[in-house]
Amino acid sequence: MGFDLLKERRAQVVRNNRSGVVSLDCNKVSAAGSVSQRACTFCGSRVVLYPIADALHLVHGPVGCAAYTWDIRGALSSGPELHRISCSTDMREREVVFGGEQRLEASLRRLIAQHAPRAAFVYGTCIVGVIGDDVPAVCKRVETDVGIPVIPVLAEGFRGTKRDGYNAACGALLRLIGTGDATAVKPQSINLLGDFNVAGESWIIRKYFEEMGVEVVSVLTGDGRVDEIRRAHGARLNIVQCAGSMTPLAKAMQERYGIPFIRVSFFGIEDTADALYRTAERMDSPDVMGRARALVSREITRVLPELRACKDALAGKRAGLYVGGAFKAFSLVRALRQLGVSVVLAGTQTGSQEEYQELQAVCDEHTVIVDDTNPLELAAFLVEQDVDIFIGGVKERPIAYKLGIGFCDHNHERKIALAGFEGALAFAREVRVTATSPIWNLMPRRTRGAGTAMGDTR
Amino acid sequence: MSCAAAKETAPMVHSSAKPDATVNPCTLCAPLGAALATAGVRGAIPLLHGAQGCATYIRRYLISHFREPMDVASSSFGEAQTVFGGEDNLGRALDNVLAQYHPELVTVATTCLAETIGDDVPLLLNRYRTRTGNALPLVHAATPSYKDGHVEGFHAMVYALVKGLACNQGAPSRAVNLLPPLVSPADLRHLREIVAGFDVAAIVLPDYADRLDGVILDRYRALPDGGTRLVDIASMPRALASIDLTLTGRAPRASKLLAERGAPARVLGLPIGVRATDVMIESLSELTGAGRPAWLVGERGRLLDAYADGHKYVFGASVGLYGDPEFVAALAGFLLEIGARPVFCATGARNRALPEALASLPAGSVDEVLDDTDFESIGAACERHKPDLLMGSSKGYRLAHALGIPLLRVGFPIHDRLGAGRILHVGYRGTTRLFDELVNALLQGRQDASPVGFSYL
Ligand code: SF4
Ligand code: SF4
Repeated sequence: MGFDLLKERRAQVVRNNRSGVVSLDCNKVSAAGSVSQRACTFCGSRVVLYPIADALHLVHGPVGCAAYTWDIRGALSSGPELHRISCSTDMREREVVFGGEQRLEASLRRLIAQHAPRAAFVYGTCIVGVIGDDVPAVCKRVETDVGIPVIPVLAEGFRGTKRDGYNAACGALLRLIGTGDATAVKPQSINLLGDFNVAGESWIIRKYFEEMGVEVVSVLTGDGRVDEIRRAHGARLNIVQCAGSMTPLAKAMQERYGIPFIRVSFFGIEDTADALYRTAERMDSPDVMGRARALVSREITRVLPELRACKDALAGKRAGLYVGGAFKAFSLVRALRQLGVSVVLAGTQTGSQEEYQELQAVCDEHTVIVDDTNPLELAAFLVEQDVDIFIGGVKERPIAYKLGIGFCDHNHERKIALAGFEGALAFAREVRVTATSPIWNLMPRRTRGAGTAMGDTR
Repeated sequence: MSCAAAKETAPMVHSSAKPDATVNPCTLCAPLGAALATAGVRGAIPLLHGAQGCATYIRRYLISHFREPMDVASSSFGEAQTVFGGEDNLGRALDNVLAQYHPELVTVATTCLAETIGDDVPLLLNRYRTRTGNALPLVHAATPSYKDGHVEGFHAMVYALVKGLACNQGAPSRAVNLLPPLVSPADLRHLREIVAGFDVAAIVLPDYADRLDGVILDRYRALPDGGTRLVDIASMPRALASIDLTLTGRAPRASKLLAERGAPARVLGLPIGVRATDVMIESLSELTGAGRPAWLVGERGRLLDAYADGHKYVFGASVGLYGDPEFVAALAGFLLEIGARPVFCATGARNRALPEALASLPAGSVDEVLDDTDFESIGAACERHKPDLLMGSSKGYRLAHALGIPLLRVGFPIHDRLGAGRILHVGYRGTTRLFDELVNALLQGRQDASPVGFSYL
């Protein structure tokens, strides 16, 4: 490795070794000065609730925290688009000194009157946690007057990690669930937890279940609607995709409403087929299972030839990935393996101890595994592991590109749907065009020492 | 298109922030500006004192514009630091930044959290210096975002850099200081080129052209090459003069401080348009005693030639302007110069610089100025003024789309197009490009609206 790993971070990096699983020091606040790729607790709560399109999302704090989260995700809505505006109480010095409750209340009242949302979420940011505004009291007051749920989401940036923000968001959702009338819900029914309808992915998944004769009561939170969430307690089963963020909610719903849950993934054809079959099994209906079989075999027949062609084109390529949650990482490792691409670097922002053990188990020998890494580590490992294609989010992209390495966005800003069978195909195409683009052959990393006159473009 | 003469004497309306919520902000927060200014110094890295989120959000925002690595460290407050103060974390953050980046300079800007709990950062930095014996320059700017936005944060950091580092008084050097506002890497390069045309060295502060519009590498650099060298910053008081292109309103000016230390200041507008560029060129000519280089004369002539070719298509066109004060003020001057109408001029900045700058225009030039504003208010201004076109950052896209009018992307941020760093706005050359784009955007509108289209202008 061409640089020194910070002492504080040594236990957050391992090299996979078949002889045993090593424990990673994870799930802790980022090392000061490390330049973490993580955001904050507030960000965790914000991203989970973000796609609820008919709710008002008001960020209580100074303007920046809201400005940076304006229209930040590609979470699509089939109707209202309230989630795509950025509302901030834009606290000023006066509020910092005298308190922001008044401004919060005035903002809530005006925005609710103006936009007629079905619910409102109020996010507290760091300084709200310090100056001691009684956000729940303000929310209660407004709720009583305007007659819609006004829910405080108190996950100030400094209080823990992004995961704690997920928990706060789950708590907010629980305030809505169970408040609607679920009597008309079919016996064969599910909630889909942890899909955010990025590029329309919830729609792809919903379509499969409709074809199988399974009612999707609510998606949490992709293309989300308050009234659907209120009826979510009527579903027979919860299927949990982004398990990192939604497991607390699934557990709470099991306790409170007796709804069992299964962990699934719709990323890659294996995972998708498995998700559909396992859901069908739980519906106690031969008809549903029959339809699931027909769907899976039809779709696989449809996508397999092109997937094979991609695999041929990608033979021997090496991938690195750095993603938010570990479950996404597992799916990516499997899907890439199907394409003949080996994962030589894998990391997550929020993985837990058990999740890292599982990640070590699914990865090949010598894969470097990192928790809460930073740009310099990533750059060093990308070169050291000779990565051809790096998969991550916006902040990782320039690191790859600067080194002349291909990059695929697997985060929330992407415009390509990667879920389900058609998503698997879209992913394969994306990896293929990225990894096999002729431009990489021009880059200094590939031309250096190859006898070209301009080995180093600098 | 309405007639330009219609509103000649109407007074300029001035609107400011709302009493409650800001919807779709037209500003970022102050540490973003401070971090960006830091990238304009060679070997420098910004460190934000506060919780992790602010630094990460700011990085993501800057990366989406420049499409380059942009590292911003954080002292990563948890609950303990929030309650007991962030001294230990600041120290550890500095240790880790030094270990990983080997910087020549660390700048420390404060987030709202650190400001609210009242950490005395200069004191903490002094104690760090004493404790570690480290002589590395550390520069601090207070950037509470409950007061200021990114524009003011940018100015605050430039001021802090000058205050802390530009201390070398002595024999005059044949150099001109150039203090630009937040402009593109292409602008910075062209500004350098213009100054060099007068056979003097340009000390540009900040100059992030090469760090934020860099070359491909085969080996990663913790801190990319480029930026103004510390020795050059130190020598700024000895320059012939400072040309200050910023509008800082109530905030302190870096050029004023440099003047106190020996380099006289000339405060000009951003050189967009023939007249504004002429002013800068004449200033350089006076300061250096050198004549205008032939290539600049040529570029000026070609710009005027373009004006002649295209004047009919822009005359009377009404344009809504929004963005950073320097850009909006300069673009208003450019539009007036070509017979277009800047019907409203809007900024999210809070430093009062824009209304002050526009106040000197002849009455009736601009119908409305909005400062400390947001896109909700800009949308309402569009309803009132029905502009033919918007000019500003990409954040006006949804507004332009809803109104069915073109948006000419200029300034910062541009998140939905490639090449934001390569957009040249300044000088005769940049103006020519802007003029062409403006004319073509209006022509495209006409072409799209016509049932038969046209094949020649
Ligand atoms: S807390 Fe302040 S510094 Fe941090 S993102 Fe919000 S506005 Fe910016
Ligand atoms: S102030 Fe706190 S909540 Fe806001 S972005 Fe920064 S860390 Fe997150």
